[in-house]
Amino acid sequence: MQPEALAPAMNGEGTDRPRWKYMDRILSRPGGYTDEDYDPDTPANNIEAAKILVIGAGGLGCEILKNFALSGFKNIDVIDMDTIDVSNLNRQFLFRQKDVGKSKASVAAEFVMKRVPGCKINAHICKIQDMDEDYYMQFTIVVCGLDSIEARRWMNATLVGMVDMENPDSLKPLIDGGTEGFKGQSRVIFPTMTSCIECQLDMHAPRAAVPLCTLATIPRQPQHCIEWAHIIKWDEERKDIQLDTDDPEHITWLYQTALARAQEFGIAGVTYSMTQGVVKNIIPAIASTNAIIAASCCNEAFKIVTSSAPFLGNPEQNNYMLYTGDSGVYTYTFEHQKKDDCPVCGNLPKDLPVNPQSTLGELVESFAERPESQLKKPNMRTEEKTLFYSAPESLRQQTEGNLKRKLGEMLVDGEEVAVSDPAFTIDFRYKIRFS
Amino acid sequence: MLKIWSMKQQQQKSDAASGQSKKKKVTAAQLRVQKDLSELSLGTTMTTHFPNPDDILNFTLTLTPDEGLYKSGIFTFTFAISQNFPHEPPKVKCKEKIYHPNIDLEGNVCLNILREDWKPVLNLNAVIVGLQFLFLEPNAQDPLNKDAANDLQQDRDRFRRNVRSAMGGGSVRGESFDRVMK
Repeated sequence: MQPEALAPAMNGEGTDRPRWKYMDRILSRPGGYTDEDYDPDTPANNIEAAKILVIGAGGLGCEILKNFALSGFKNIDVIDMDTIDVSNLNRQFLFRQKDVGKSKASVAAEFVMKRVPGCKINAHICKIQDMDEDYYMQFTIVVCGLDSIEARRWMNATLVGMVDMENPDSLKPLIDGGTEGFKGQSRVIFPTMTSCIECQLDMHAPRAAVPLCTLATIPRQPQHCIEWAHIIKWDEERKDIQLDTDDPEHITWLYQTALARAQEFGIAGVTYSMTQGVVKNIIPAIASTNAIIAASCCNEAFKIVTSSAPFLGNPEQNNYMLYTGDSGVYTYTFEHQKKDDCPVCGNLPKDLPVNPQSTLGELVESFAERPESQLKKPNMRTEEKTLFYSAPESLRQQTEGNLKRKLGEMLVDGEEVAVSDPAFTIDFRYKIRFS
Repeated sequence: MLKIWSMKQQQQKSDAASGQSKKKKVTAAQLRVQKDLSELSLGTTMTTHFPNPDDILNFTLTLTPDEGLYKSGIFTFTFAISQNFPHEPPKVKCKEKIYHPNIDLEGNVCLNILREDWKPVLNLNAVIVGLQFLFLEPNAQDPLNKDAANDLQQDRDRFRRNVRSAMGGGSVRGESFDRVMK
């Protein structure tokens, strides 16, 4: 394009996109970080065509949805099973007092669609585990704003498992944001290519725990009294009632029990909200941390979709950005390396052709002979079934009957079988292919 | 995005990932527990029991100490492992009501690696060794059952007698215990 042809677009003249005037101006010409074959028309088209999945509509989710909508993304899905609590309102700015008790995903989607016409957000009030691979396959990028490690691990394993060499669209970049107080991180994962959530599991700080005996005998802090009521006293006195941390009556009971104990030991400071915080493991969320991390996540997604600038993990190897705002403002970006023995992406399942008429015993024997495995005492299972365990003894007895059974009876074509053996540090995973 | 895919194709080695499948995959927690179970060394004093052999995340461990104060007792522990394992420790409880300084009347166990000192590098074997150790060396420094801890600290003979009578199904200071003798 000639400079004079660019001019009207740069001024925003004659454009029907005044809202995106400045963004279009940046995208409509090549720059120092763009590829040689950068086509100024592509980025805007890519943004319009991209389907983004946002997981979580909480502190990070509100920011992420707003950022995407205001960057011109038009097709967004959001998943959150949670409802709005009054304590969310200080930072989850898509929610109002009247929304308390309603679904986060729906309220957030409606709010953003109202403010940014033309942006379509589908809200799903469910767990991510309720959706199948067909559902996840439709997206260009998956962005997580979650507070749960379990959900992250599930999403990660699902995306790693979806990668199919026959289908370029099966590789879904996963962008993960996380915050805890003044600290946060954003990371970009190309499933099977770069270090995944499971490789990086040790980056999550463990939940600080107090020894049980301290709770039981010599509490020193108000939190100890609450944990005591929560972990010990509840089971003693209300064994038959399942503790529901969202039930005000349950929290009140814990609060009063903790308060009585605190008085007995001369400890001050037990309050209802502290009780709620300790029991639900609430770490104070900071609005600015969420905003910074969400901005970073959306920025990465924007760069990946538009190819307008290098993003985390490409072309440099650095894929993890950490942020600390509790003593000054500090960020550090580094490469978290892929782990060869990562249980999710380290050793991907290999196809294993088997005859459905052969027995499990024959398969176990063949494992003993396979050059790469030579397994002597294998334990093997599918997600659903324990097939055969050499150890411990009780499971061996319970499963040895399976050795005589035909593979066709116990497995379905394409099912994954995981095999472990004490002689090997890694596990072997196979995808059964009936032949 | 196309660029990423061409990199992926380059990275792909002949033997790597096979085609996709809609079948459920063995979870990371299951994989780790399977590995831990394959490496378990139970010896003669311990046995496992899986009420549902397909569910390896929930089982019981039976401990029958062959020495120490708790010799000839039969103690059962339930193990409940979440999908967050090994990020989170297994939840372990004693099924019987027993007289032990580090185990309360509800079956909660005070073992550092089950709570504050748990690390993902620890495995089920470490937990089991820890439980075994509690019966060989009950310790009065980390009391969950304060009465039992006081007894142990003040008068080891009285503690020994109390252990024996509690294990026989008797009561100690008005508190009755489950019979756990072989």
